[in-house]
Amino acid sequence: MGDGTTVILDENGTKRALTRIAHEILERNKGVSDLVLVGIRTGGVHIARELALRLEEIEGESVAVGEVDITLYRDDIKGHASHLPVGKTDIPFSLEGKKVVLVDDVLYTGRTIRAAMDAVMDHGRPDSIQLAVLIDRGHRELPIRADFVGRNVPTSQKEIIQVQFNDESRPVDVLLQK
Amino acid sequence: MGFKHKDIIALRDLTKEEILLLLDTAENMREINSRDIKKVPTLRGKTIINLFYEASTRTRTSFEIAAKRLSADAVNISPSTSSATKGETLLDTAKNLMAMKPDIIVMRHAISGAHYFLAKRLPCSIINAGDGAHEHPSQGLLDMLTMRDRFGKLDGLKVAIVGDVTHSRVARSNIQGLTKMGSQVFLAGPPTMIPTGAEKLGNVTVCNSMNEAIDGADVVMMLRIQLERQGKTLLPTLKEYSRYYGLNPENLKLAKKDAMVMHPGPINRGVELSSYVADGDQSHVMKQVENGVAVRMAMLYHVSGGELTAE
Repeated sequence: MGDGTTVILDENGTKRALTRIAHEILERNKGVSDLVLVGIRTGGVHIARELALRLEEIEGESVAVGEVDITLYRDDIKGHASHLPVGKTDIPFSLEGKKVVLVDDVLYTGRTIRAAMDAVMDHGRPDSIQLAVLIDRGHRELPIRADFVGRNVPTSQKEIIQVQFNDESRPVDVLLQK
Repeated sequence: MGFKHKDIIALRDLTKEEILLLLDTAENMREINSRDIKKVPTLRGKTIINLFYEASTRTRTSFEIAAKRLSADAVNISPSTSSATKGETLLDTAKNLMAMKPDIIVMRHAISGAHYFLAKRLPCSIINAGDGAHEHPSQGLLDMLTMRDRFGKLDGLKVAIVGDVTHSRVARSNIQGLTKMGSQVFLAGPPTMIPTGAEKLGNVTVCNSMNEAIDGADVVMMLRIQLERQGKTLLPTLKEYSRYYGLNPENLKLAKKDAMVMHPGPINRGVELSSYVADGDQSHVMKQVENGVAVRMAMLYHVSGGELTAE
């Protein structure tokens, strides 16, 4: 590991954090009835799948997982340069009357979450949207807060938080780079 | 990789990677077209002018729908309503339109090169919606997307293009795009309608007969005979054309069993295609139209540019 890199969560720590979030989601929603997870591409989708596995282990019932790409909902398109590639949004179930848990790996300014909420609302009108994130690093630019947080990590804006995934897209650890 | 072009005027100007990026974007844009709410805020506040100096139904409508699905404001100008009828030059018209601050001009013009002329002089993006007998890049891209949907690849496909190749901007864009993507293109048509030196365009073979071109083809792309233009002077009769260069259930058997039949429209029924083929199981004509909206959304998105600060 290079200089200036700190492990915020190792593999076991990440697993424990996700298990705790899964319990909190169940506690808050009193089970998995009408519950669906929507991961924000790409890290959020991996985390959403992990949470779905844990919810099924605990409750014995599967929870649907969708994925949303927020590229077309960003608010920072300017001038003439190159665009980010557009990813795939795949929400293969109705959101009407559902309790949606939006999932991302890192919560930072809140702009990604705002865009993701817009994208979800364009697919239907859920009963509620909750937010689960593995890491909250602060520096919000919008009035958004997470309902479920794996770890709060106070950072400076110069620092980088990186959630690392293995070849099977399962989280390995979380690093802070100064 | 990113898309660095201000304008899209011809597929000959794009690399294989840039074409792939446009196709991939279009593939993901299709999801928007299948929703109840078919709109995303991406180009909110952008103004797009559809400046069509030649008649068009599907291309203009497709660009207009694409713009609106990305939340841009789209304005249509057709020749009968423009000052071109009063003798205004193209550059003067364009400068006047620029004074209204559009972000993108989508133009169809009968003169090949008109788009390059404007792109050099105007700060906004120019998208070619067809220029004379030069190129029709959005049609080429939507054709390639339709083929990739069916085969999962473009590399190694045998594509027969049949008809008036000389005057077809659709054929030229497809030849440019398909040969870049690794397809083999076989051309057939009356000798008066095959350009000299077509072989030099890349992996292109000029055939002596239609049967030779479609033999074993994965895709049979029929071109429209432009009855309003050269169709009257380069052909003895439509009946004769249909006999030698029309696609019917009999000669279609020469192509691969599940070969795709494509046509850029509008179809002259009974001339390029028999109705049986046009409406048959192998026809992908409506799929081409459907893919047109997604491809044009991808083009508008990428030329509109944007420096993104990743969160």
